[in-house]
Amino acid sequence: MTALLAQQGPVIPEFERGSDCVRENGQFCFDWFVDNFGDVFAPRLVEHIELTAIAVAIGFAISFAAALTAYAYGKLETPFAIFMAFLYTIPSLAFFQLMVPITGLTVTSAEIALVSYTLLILFRNIITGLREVPEDAREAARAMGLTQWQLLWRVELPLALPAIMAGIRIATVTIISLATVAAYIGVGGLGQPIFNAIQSGFKTQFVAAGLLAVLLALVVDGLLVLVQRGLAPWMRATRA
Amino acid sequence: MTESSGIDVTDGLGGPAGDEQQSKVAGARSSGSAAVLSFDGATKVYPGRRTPAISKLSLEIPAGEICVLIGPSGSGKTTAMKLVNRLIPLTEGDVTIDGRSIGSLDETELRRGIGYVFQQIGLFPHMTVEGNVGTVPRLAGWPKERIRARAQELLELVGLDPGEDLKRYPGEFSGGQQQRIGVARAMAADQPLMLMDEPFGALDPITRDQLQDDFLRLHAEVPKTVVFVTHDIDEAIKMGHRIAILREGELVQYDTPDHILASPINEFVADFVGADRGLKRLNVWRLGHLELDPLPPGEPSGPTAREDTLLRDVLSLLLTEGAERVTVLDGDGKPKGTVTLDKITGLIGPQEGAVRA
Repeated sequence: MTALLAQQGPVIPEFERGSDCVRENGQFCFDWFVDNFGDVFAPRLVEHIELTAIAVAIGFAISFAAALTAYAYGKLETPFAIFMAFLYTIPSLAFFQLMVPITGLTVTSAEIALVSYTLLILFRNIITGLREVPEDAREAARAMGLTQWQLLWRVELPLALPAIMAGIRIATVTIISLATVAAYIGVGGLGQPIFNAIQSGFKTQFVAAGLLAVLLALVVDGLLVLVQRGLAPWMRATRA
Repeated sequence: MTESSGIDVTDGLGGPAGDEQQSKVAGARSSGSAAVLSFDGATKVYPGRRTPAISKLSLEIPAGEICVLIGPSGSGKTTAMKLVNRLIPLTEGDVTIDGRSIGSLDETELRRGIGYVFQQIGLFPHMTVEGNVGTVPRLAGWPKERIRARAQELLELVGLDPGEDLKRYPGEFSGGQQQRIGVARAMAADQPLMLMDEPFGALDPITRDQLQDDFLRLHAEVPKTVVFVTHDIDEAIKMGHRIAILREGELVQYDTPDHILASPINEFVADFVGADRGLKRLNVWRLGHLELDPLPPGEPSGPTAREDTLLRDVLSLLLTEGAERVTVLDGDGKPKGTVTLDKITGLIGPQEGAVRA
């Protein structure tokens, strides 16, 4: 339990001086949340966004390279997928703890685990997206004298974009949820107020951090939908 | 029936081009460059197969002509076409374009010089019409303004709106319109050679007919050497300056539609073109191709038809009206001469095999 004890969380704060709601440890004390948002939640929210962004970015880079390799050399797809599925099935709490002896109570440990969880989702979606490019578009491209490289970058990847974006959305939402567990090894994020609240029993902090994580997931997912629409305008342009 | 049948073979098969269309494309910068395409003992054996898909195919397509490859399935017509742009590599023999072996050219360069239209159309759904049409020019490094001007010009040529349609995506168009875009894309870099693999095969009969007509008109404006694959003999007769009939990878007969209909080389070709080949010949010729009898004195009476009317339609008209003679009108609707029913039916009979240019 060393990791848990590493959390220097406050006990229930200001029991004496708080509002009725706080003193009675109500389900959710909005006034306390507003008063303490800047100190307790805002920095954790920023950390959480950082954890997620880094994990998805690195995860995407690895998956993209792996997917293109597997797309070119079909034999590699199954081994890649099995390895990524293996990583995906490791229980998250165990994964974070497993990394501690190797990379310590660091962000690196957290990111290695989080990145591992993005791989299978992103890899599968990129491969599927490429596979589903219509064969006739491919034939037209070849017949018009596009090289393999031009075919990939000008035709296949743009057409795989909706599937790739779908993968990024699932991976991002998954990581926003999983990153709360990363607080177990003391790297901050919205998981930290949750772990603190579990110890202290202060319900408002627990509920608020949970709600913020859910809200963050919804907002980011919405933004990614907008990005996808911007990048793939043809998806909406079909004959009425 | 001899030369005196009055059929002017040198006139070719493309009926009188509409003057209206002529003026519409007057500003077009398509040079209409065309290449001589020649198969020289071209042979393709697929790995693991004993019999060749194409066996020692030799034929020459003169510059600017439409050559239709036709045959039953398994005849190798699509294989033969795909040898030209090396989508299928040759096993033996050669294919030359203007005397240059396709093997001597870089694969991508070769393909960028050959327009390609196929049944599945294959437009890029993520690119606008301008992006699709501009594919090869972009690869060739044309400046943006030139690509746009070219795309506009081509859209007009294939009968689409060069303003609005340029910025739309393929998914917004009907099948027939999409194939018009496909044809425009295949002509974008003014390629001297076009390969068309059952290009109108997936369209409904009315749309197909329109696209065939429009393509013939377009081709008359901007002559290209065209290899046109189909399994539809009526389409072959309509589209081809020459028809190559293939069977199990071998060339059976290569001739003009009229000659193939008039004198099929063997039973196979006769069966393939159909028992009504005499009637089909009437689809090859128009009234204007016949030598006209002088107008009788006085007001013309009986049925009339313009000189660009297909003989089959004239026959139908005469039979329906119970008339023996049709008055031929020129492009302005003025009487020019007459043609008798006998002259038309004379083309159907067996003796017309002698109509050789």
